[in-house]
Amino acid sequence: MITDELQVITPSKLSVENVSKEFQVGHTKVVALENVSLSVAEGEFVCLVGPSGCGKSTLLNIIAGLEQPSSGRILSDGKVVTEPGRDRMVMFQEHALFPWLDVLGNVMFGLKLKPGLKAAERKEVAMFYLKLVGLEKVVDRNVHELSGGMKQRVALARALAPNPRVLLMDEPFAALDAMTREQLYGDIQSIWAARKKTIVFVTHNVREATCLGDRVVLFSPHPGRIREEFAIKLERPRDINSVSLASYTSEITRALKGYTTKEVSE
Amino acid sequence: MKRLAISLLFFGTLVVLWHFVTVWQVNRGNWSPVLSPLPEDVWAYLWSSIKDGTLLSASIVTMKRLLLGYFIGTIAGLPLGLLTARFRWMSDTLGVLALGLQTLPSVCWVPPALLWFGQSEAAMLFVVIMGTLWSVIIAAENGARNVPPIYARAAKTMGSRGLHTWIKVILPASLPFVVGGMKQGWAFAWRSLMAAEIMVSILTGLGLGNLLNNGRDLNAMDQVFGIMIVIVIIGLAADKLLFSPWEAFFKRRWGLTG
Repeated sequence: MITDELQVITPSKLSVENVSKEFQVGHTKVVALENVSLSVAEGEFVCLVGPSGCGKSTLLNIIAGLEQPSSGRILSDGKVVTEPGRDRMVMFQEHALFPWLDVLGNVMFGLKLKPGLKAAERKEVAMFYLKLVGLEKVVDRNVHELSGGMKQRVALARALAPNPRVLLMDEPFAALDAMTREQLYGDIQSIWAARKKTIVFVTHNVREATCLGDRVVLFSPHPGRIREEFAIKLERPRDINSVSLASYTSEITRALKGYTTKEVSE
Repeated sequence: MKRLAISLLFFGTLVVLWHFVTVWQVNRGNWSPVLSPLPEDVWAYLWSSIKDGTLLSASIVTMKRLLLGYFIGTIAGLPLGLLTARFRWMSDTLGVLALGLQTLPSVCWVPPALLWFGQSEAAMLFVVIMGTLWSVIIAAENGARNVPPIYARAAKTMGSRGLHTWIKVILPASLPFVVGGMKQGWAFAWRSLMAAEIMVSILTGLGLGNLLNNGRDLNAMDQVFGIMIVIVIIGLAADKLLFSPWEAFFKRRWGLTG
């Protein structure tokens, strides 16, 4: 039934348990993540912030099941994550849309892999999410004809379409201009409120993290680990330019600077 | 319209120049009249061979050999190329072989083909397949290797695995590359088939290459030129019919130019 497919489902609870990840680069061992533990409540919006090399994207990939931890494990609703799954969809920094498909085809790609959906239902579901991201008028466009912001909107619709319980976002707005980004901050908050997803959002932009997250988790590099957490207790929807954000932002930025300057002087 | 007019003017001028330069040089005794046909002689040959059906039947014989061999070479080459990109051991074996044999001018396959298959259709087919296969394998391999890994990762998160990823993601993503290789394979196949037809006559059918070679045997330069023109026209038509639609598709979908 199509109405079942579009139903708001309960989001997942995620737990990251003592996850470490090591890479071998030439002859040296790089510790991307060292003993990281984190739990994310059902429907929580968590932002992972830190300088590049702190392992925040690696952690996101491990939660997605795209990479395996060297030790430790990820639980999604109590089940151990071993591979990518439709319950945890990913939005990448590069839109990663398929250029050989049009907008609708891209959103339907994941739906075709979902069992039990008829062709007409797939289209209906895809149209529902394209409407949700405000792109119902460009469904037959080709990817290269879209602006950067529109591409990320399609990518968002594509990630939402299989009705995942978790949305993993890896700096999805980093390559966009400020105006487009601000619009998307508003949209992602309202979509999150309407669709009730657990969101893990990776960014290096403190302001962005403060604007979007219920909680901001601060990482430091070499080895990548969690240093501090900040609960953001502000009304939603939040505006990136609001004054109330500023005190949080400056507090988090100060903490972040503390870790990175120590890193340099060490 | 303007572009068409410029084209027509160019080729018209070329034919007129051909006529007058030939007449002039023949009259001065510099060029042999037998070896220097006028455009109208060539046209007369073409017209008569169209009317008596020899040109059409030769073209059909040649196109049959070419299309069948090309089809087989492409159908075999595509999956082999993708497998070569997928498996290290395939790339260390077939990949190296394909790279080596692709540098071998495909006309080199004519002598072994004749020895193995005799003067038969099979020999012709073999030469065309050898001309096509290696280019298509290399192109499919390169194409698949150049697919941004993010596509496969994105597909994986949506539940795509194994063969589905290869058919629905890697193959379409590498298509612009693959079609480039198919175009090259076509060029190789076409050249090697002409060489084979010129070298040997196959009794089951006389192709364009045979007509060209007959022209040489008869000192009939109008025939030689006429067939050469037909070969050029077929090459152009193949490009327009087989590859232009693909290139237009890539331009529209991918936004690729060229």
